[in-house]
Amino acid sequence: MRYNEIAAAMIARAKELLSDGTVNRVIGWKRGEFCYDVTPAVFETAEELEKDFVYDAFCGANVSKYLIRESEKPGKILCFLKPCDTFSFNQLLTEHRIRRENVHVIGIPCEGMADMRRIRKAGIDGVTGIREEDGGFTVETLYGEERISVYDALAERCLSCKSKRHVVYDELIGEEGEDHPDAPRFEQVAKLEEMTAEERFAFWRGELSRCIRCNACRNVCPACICENCVFDNPDSGISQKAAADTFEENMYHIIRAFHVAGRCTDCGECSRVCPENIPLHLLNRKFIKDIDELYGVYRAGEKADARNPLVDFTEADAEARVVHERGKA
Amino acid sequence: MQVNEQTGFVPTIVAFCCNWCSYAGADLSGTNRLSYPANIKIIRVPCSCRVNPIFFLRAFQRGADGVILCGCHPGDCHYTTGNYYTRRRMTLLFSMLDFLGIERNRTRVEWVSAAEGQKFAETMRSFAEEIAALGPNRRLADLRCREDAEEGRDEHAV
Repeated sequence: MRYNEIAAAMIARAKELLSDGTVNRVIGWKRGEFCYDVTPAVFETAEELEKDFVYDAFCGANVSKYLIRESEKPGKILCFLKPCDTFSFNQLLTEHRIRRENVHVIGIPCEGMADMRRIRKAGIDGVTGIREEDGGFTVETLYGEERISVYDALAERCLSCKSKRHVVYDELIGEEGEDHPDAPRFEQVAKLEEMTAEERFAFWRGELSRCIRCNACRNVCPACICENCVFDNPDSGISQKAAADTFEENMYHIIRAFHVAGRCTDCGECSRVCPENIPLHLLNRKFIKDIDELYGVYRAGEKADARNPLVDFTEADAEARVVHERGKA
Repeated sequence: MQVNEQTGFVPTIVAFCCNWCSYAGADLSGTNRLSYPANIKIIRVPCSCRVNPIFFLRAFQRGADGVILCGCHPGDCHYTTGNYYTRRRMTLLFSMLDFLGIERNRTRVEWVSAAEGQKFAETMRSFAEEIAALGPNRRLADLRCREDAEEGRDEHAV
């Protein structure tokens, strides 16, 4: 199905559910100032849906986190979840953060989300719209139409898509896709692991020193859900402020990634929202890779009753010295 | 005191010791007149599981050159399972520090029981030797917290 067909089906179904009183709100996506700065939005009437609702290749935002607050409000809310969003939703259910009875979930197909940075990199500017055509994307711009291949336009997280199958839903639009448990998600992590410590240090200095501590990666993360965050606590020594030196840059990112270790569904939102384009998902993927290798393959959010590997153990677990012994023949 | 004889570097080492085992182990090594390096600063914790990854980072920030965590042998935790969680948590933390390019030998987990005064002294000695050989912690230090901040600045820049 194409995005415009899916969007039409979504709006039609949302209107039905609004008019028969099943739900009183719909959470979806709304266009911002430009066609590519789409943001999550709540719609309450059919007119609003008609006017502002969008679903296209720029709707990368994961709406699961909004449901923590939204499901507390009176009445049922309708949400549209892409396959990878359902993992985050399921993880939040596991942690009892969403009132399931207040949410009506419609699973929607996803053909991969475009990354505006990559489109710009391909030399396309003044973008006013995007549609998929003949196995690629046609980008409408102020200067006419441009073609771009799927490989050049898709976000990195979508090129190594972990699943097109929804793990939780009340109903589906379109057909159920396939799971990709063997997606090449860890290639970049493996590449970094092969470097020497000096090279890795230089790589991460180059990346993390750009951090402006806007906290966007924390705020958007559907696994970062503490009411009282350590980064908001002035006594923690790492509260909201620009990093003063290299240590604080490292510390913030180690802590952020560590706090979601074992719960991160690898949705890639952290890297999507980073204004400095830091590949933050690599830190999360490193944890996922380690957990998979040391404690057995675990996909956060896949099953609602699964046990997080960091609050679990076996007597035969590896000792911490496996890290020190790595790379020694 | 463990000193790097070539460079004259005197490392500062923080040891988090579980109240129920290695802290008593340190005591035992003392009463047995076994010496361990004076660079080791022991911090007593109620269980190795009390140690939050932030504690490790904080120790490095405030000038530690190496951090070691000592707990009860797996299966012997005073609270039954604390050290099993520690083991997973610290393995992942160390792996992440390694991934960020921080020398992997600056961190260590050892299981030392209350009866192992000898092992405690040996572990501390070998860890202090290792850190002395590694040199000062530059990659995960807060410049503002170092006495030698001015001279270290150029060396720190990458």
